Amino acid sequence: MSRSATATLVALHGVRAASELTTTPADQATGRVLPVRGELADLFPWGGLRRGSTVSVRGSTSLLLALLAMATAEGCWAAVVGLPQLGVLAAAEVGVAVHRLALVPRPGADPSTAERTAGALLDGLDLVAVAGPFTPSAARRLSARARQRRAVLLPFGGWPGADVELRVEGGRWAGLGVGHGVLREREVVVHASGRGAAARARRIDLMLPATGGSVAVRHPAEPVTPVAVGAG
Amino acid sequence: MYTLVLWCPDWPVVAAAAVAALPPQVPAAVLAANEVVSCSAVARTEGVHRGLRKRSAQARCPELVVFDDDPVRDARLFEPVAAAVEELAPGIEVVRPGLVAVPAQGPVGYFGGAEAAAERLVDHVAAVTGVEAQVGIADGLFAATLAAHRGLIVPPGGGTDFLAPLGTGELDQPAERRAGSRSRADLVDLLRRLGLRTLGDFAAVPERDVASRFGGQAVLAHRLARGLEERPPDRRRPPVELSVTQVLDPPVERVDAAAFAARALAERLHNGLADRGLACIRMRIHAKTENDEELDRVWRCAEPLTPQGIADRVRWQLDGWLTRSKSAGSSRPTAGISVLRLDPEEVVDAAALQLGLWPGAGQDQGEAAERAGRALVHVQGLLGPEGVFTAVLGGGRGPAERVRLVPWGDERSPAADPDPPWPGRLPAPSPATVPREPEPAAVLDASGADVGVTGRYQLTARPSRVVVNGGPSRDVLGWAGPWPVDERWWDPASAHRAARLQVLAAGAAADELEQIAFLLVRTGGRWAVEGVYD
Repeated sequence: MSRSATATLVALHGVRAASELTTTPADQATGRVLPVRGELADLFPWGGLRRGSTVSVRGSTSLLLALLAMATAEGCWAAVVGLPQLGVLAAAEVGVAVHRLALVPRPGADPSTAERTAGALLDGLDLVAVAGPFTPSAARRLSARARQRRAVLLPFGGWPGADVELRVEGGRWAGLGVGHGVLREREVVVHASGRGAAARARRIDLMLPATGGSVAVRHPAEPVTPVAVGAG
Repeated sequence: MYTLVLWCPDWPVVAAAAVAALPPQVPAAVLAANEVVSCSAVARTEGVHRGLRKRSAQARCPELVVFDDDPVRDARLFEPVAAAVEELAPGIEVVRPGLVAVPAQGPVGYFGGAEAAAERLVDHVAAVTGVEAQVGIADGLFAATLAAHRGLIVPPGGGTDFLAPLGTGELDQPAERRAGSRSRADLVDLLRRLGLRTLGDFAAVPERDVASRFGGQAVLAHRLARGLEERPPDRRRPPVELSVTQVLDPPVERVDAAAFAARALAERLHNGLADRGLACIRMRIHAKTENDEELDRVWRCAEPLTPQGIADRVRWQLDGWLTRSKSAGSSRPTAGISVLRLDPEEVVDAAALQLGLWPGAGQDQGEAAERAGRALVHVQGLLGPEGVFTAVLGGGRGPAERVRLVPWGDERSPAADPDPPWPGRLPAPSPATVPREPEPAAVLDASGADVGVTGRYQLTARPSRVVVNGGPSRDVLGWAGPWPVDERWWDPASAHRAARLQVLAAGAAADELEQIAFLLVRTGGRWAVEGVYD
């Protein structure tokens, strides 16, 4: 009985088993945390994408692709649902193994098919990025499915109840002149906020994309004073 | 090889008369190039024979009905005869319409003697198709054909003795003539003039002398005269039925019941294929409902399907059909599925099912890949095979043309070779957003006029403002280009000229930190957004 009660509690929002609140370096080795590029590791209290979590990305497709890069390169499978305009070339430049990146550009006309599609992908793949209008209840069901199947859900856009919310700000380009040059790199600031262990706000300054399409750190990440975060 | 030949006399005439519904007592002939190729027995008694001119044939037999030569008609009408022979003696070879060869060993042994086999075949062909035929059995196709003309059964090893007294004119068979070569007829004429009247005489000439004096065609004829094979017969095997069908009674409306049927059917299909050493890589699932609605879909797979894979695909497909929502355009079936059929459309050697010893680069194996593959195939069941893609990077200049989306399970080959240099290709970074259809844009100069590109790839004015997809007008902070694109100029049909321009625009709030970079392309005098660097 006690075991099922724990399971019920864990299924609730915001309630975590104590073991999941802290992490050790062993987590990455045992596969509980999917690796991300080193430049992005400071965004997460776990140093990577924790399996079962929901990490929403706002404002930059490049950041979404950068999050997928390391995990797919190390053998995980990822899918992108509902983003027909995804630039696969940019994905390859940032380090995504495109042969392990499944694209579902049009996941059905009605929302229920899109939800079933995303759910089926969460069953078998490690990372699933979704875009498109989902009702709050559908969003909660997908988050729960990701938690249950130990996959990482990466909604592109707002998402109710995301564990970590990433927001990209700024975007000053370098390299392009007036009638000469070529776009080379862009300075951005990535803000992370969230719930639970991720409640402490973090920000990092990145070059996204950096020269050659990859990612680079501009300054070492510096914690800012905590600001108001979502319900956690 | 001891060969049995079934010969239908005057087959072109028989076929033509059958098509024209001509009664057999009317004399008839088939002509090619104004020469009689074949004539009926009645016409022959009137003096018509092969090689006669049309005019003289009609002079000898004024009521002669004349048909054009049509090999297609002959072949078409002969197929039932060939099939009738095949029913009794498998492994037939249709030498030409009117002549079927089959290894004699099987039927002779089975029917208990050469005479019995010949009798059975002639009776069966007459009963099934109503065609008269004669059977000859001898060593080799040539001797057997001549034996069939005479209705003879030559004992094994007696071929040479049978052929020796026959005239050299027998070398000139109609099949040879109709192949368009007159060389055999010339050879026969030459042999006659040399005094070699019989096949035995010709066979007695050493092969070396035949080759040096008469050439390669004559060597083949010489082999025939000696009772040897011109070539071994090419056997036709009856095509095996690999499809499996299941009649579902009562009809299935629920997915779980359908899945149960699918599993048994998949086992049957796989076992049928495995018995023949085959495996399936493309399968058609066909279902028929009680109201006679037909549903089918082809599934492709990069690897040969295992029984589990077949069952999964059938289940997902049935799931897709039975739960198809009304908004999807095609309505769901109105009744339960009553007949289910699986056709293997493309099969490969089952050895391909074995995993390679060394997994190659880019070829994933292991549990994660298998799990992902199953999930992706499941999504294909929901959305159709064209619902899930993986991308292959290839050659090209634009960010869209360098990427080819391949449906999951298909062979991943790039659209263009990435190796050759692609002048005019933009360096990295590439835009992270690439609209499927280029969105309209406008590039304006300080006076609000459209900025164009000259034939020498120069901008006509300095860009000042840019409007994307009917959105707000933005200040241009910087630009570079144009990068010329002049593709396939040597082919007017597919030639493509365009110019690419990178534009950095200010954000809507005129905040210096909010910059947006676009990749614009100009074709046919219009700007379009090809990519957004976001």
